[in-house]
Amino acid sequence: MRLLSVGLFVVSWWIVSLLVGSAKLPPPPSVLQVMWAEAKTGALFLNLGVTLARVALSFALAMALGTAIGYWMGRVRLADRLGDPWLIILLNLPALVVIVLAYIWAGLTEAAAIAAIAINKLPTAVVTLREGARALDPALDEMASIFALPRARAFRHVVLPQLAPYIAAAARSGLALIWKIVLVAEFLGRPNGVGFEIGVAFQLFDIPLLLAYSLSFAAIVFAIETVLVQPFEARLSRWRPRAA
Amino acid sequence: MRLEVDISSKEYANAAGERREVLRNIAFTLLPGEVGVIVGPSGCGKTTLLRILTGLDRDFQGRVSRPEHARIGMVFQEPRLLPWRSVEDNIRLVAPEIDAARLSALFAVLELSGHGSHFPGELSLGLARRVALARALAIEPDLLVLDEPFASLDEALAARLREEIATLVAGRSMITLLVTHNLDDAVRLGDHLFLLSARPARILGALPIALPREARGEADIAAIKASIVRQTNGARRERDAS
Repeated sequence: MRLLSVGLFVVSWWIVSLLVGSAKLPPPPSVLQVMWAEAKTGALFLNLGVTLARVALSFALAMALGTAIGYWMGRVRLADRLGDPWLIILLNLPALVVIVLAYIWAGLTEAAAIAAIAINKLPTAVVTLREGARALDPALDEMASIFALPRARAFRHVVLPQLAPYIAAAARSGLALIWKIVLVAEFLGRPNGVGFEIGVAFQLFDIPLLLAYSLSFAAIVFAIETVLVQPFEARLSRWRPRAA
Repeated sequence: MRLEVDISSKEYANAAGERREVLRNIAFTLLPGEVGVIVGPSGCGKTTLLRILTGLDRDFQGRVSRPEHARIGMVFQEPRLLPWRSVEDNIRLVAPEIDAARLSALFAVLELSGHGSHFPGELSLGLARRVALARALAIEPDLLVLDEPFASLDEALAARLREEIATLVAGRSMITLLVTHNLDDAVRLGDHLFLLSARPARILGALPIALPREARGEADIAAIKASIVRQTNGARRERDAS
């Protein structure tokens, strides 16, 4: 079914490229040719690898911090009151502002890029996890407290499974956000990565190169979603009765 | 080890900010091996009382003394099992050191054998209650608390679970505290009955049952129930007259 869907996409791409002319939208074979050439020099893999590493780092950073802060804000009222205004500002701050400010303040460095990407994702993770912490079942907390479960044990077996769907949701939406932002950050201030190559292609109006990088990137995103994210979600909800 | 309860008052503030008294002058003592039963009408504050006794609620006037680090096993009205852990994992979570032999013995008495790998969502309420009871007993509790363990079970199922509880309680040196609105369950299981009034709940009468549990025939049970009804009616008339 998935293959059919991908095939349909390639076919409609081809038809449109025939209609508008190959100067505006090159057909699949010529893009594939560029992809192949870039792969042979190793540039494609290097750039994809660099971008993926940035995604992984900023994703891990934002998820770890966001989960901790969100849980804290959901559980402690004072923390929620203090943190809420910050959260609203961060949530509504455009990604571009954060990235530009990070580059100005910290220079065009790797740390600035990763921090800027992580800061963009952080507030959505906090909001999702805060909802999760608020929805924790007090009845199960009471059970854990009466049976005197040690804290770490209670957290792992009672709290974490309740937070799991929220963590999965935060990871899912956060990953989608990071895929988008990482290219902007690279476009603006990094000397490599998919975003940088797209910037080069844009300046040269090299549409096949642009599409070659965009599509390789999209293919990687697709692969990670199907191979990693979806099986992980399925595993987490194993105990739920199957929906019809 | 003994459980001494002396609650002079417990109040709640409702949403409108009014303070309502839920419990007043509740005092009793239970010794190891005894089964205390708290009987009272629905909504009289029995669950509140249990929350105080188990240490979940510390906002009350009075005193509850139980030994420090007393292990408390509790069976809640709704079973409160972790839906994401299997039956066996639910039990092992609170009692990590339980060995396979004791666990299977417990499963055998409670007719749970074969359900160890099921998830709680796959169990009927009757079975889930049994799992909750197995969990409470698995920790070898000093104090076993049962909150309406027979509620919403049909008569036959309730009778069977009652038998099983009687078997499990016998020969253990723990204090058992059962809360119920059903006089019949109370008389069949209890050594000491505490009759609670409607809100604010007070103890209308404390009634020790001297006859051992297994020796109580249907006639004895009917006689005890009749005397309780007389006593509570007497108390009510007294109160109305004053």
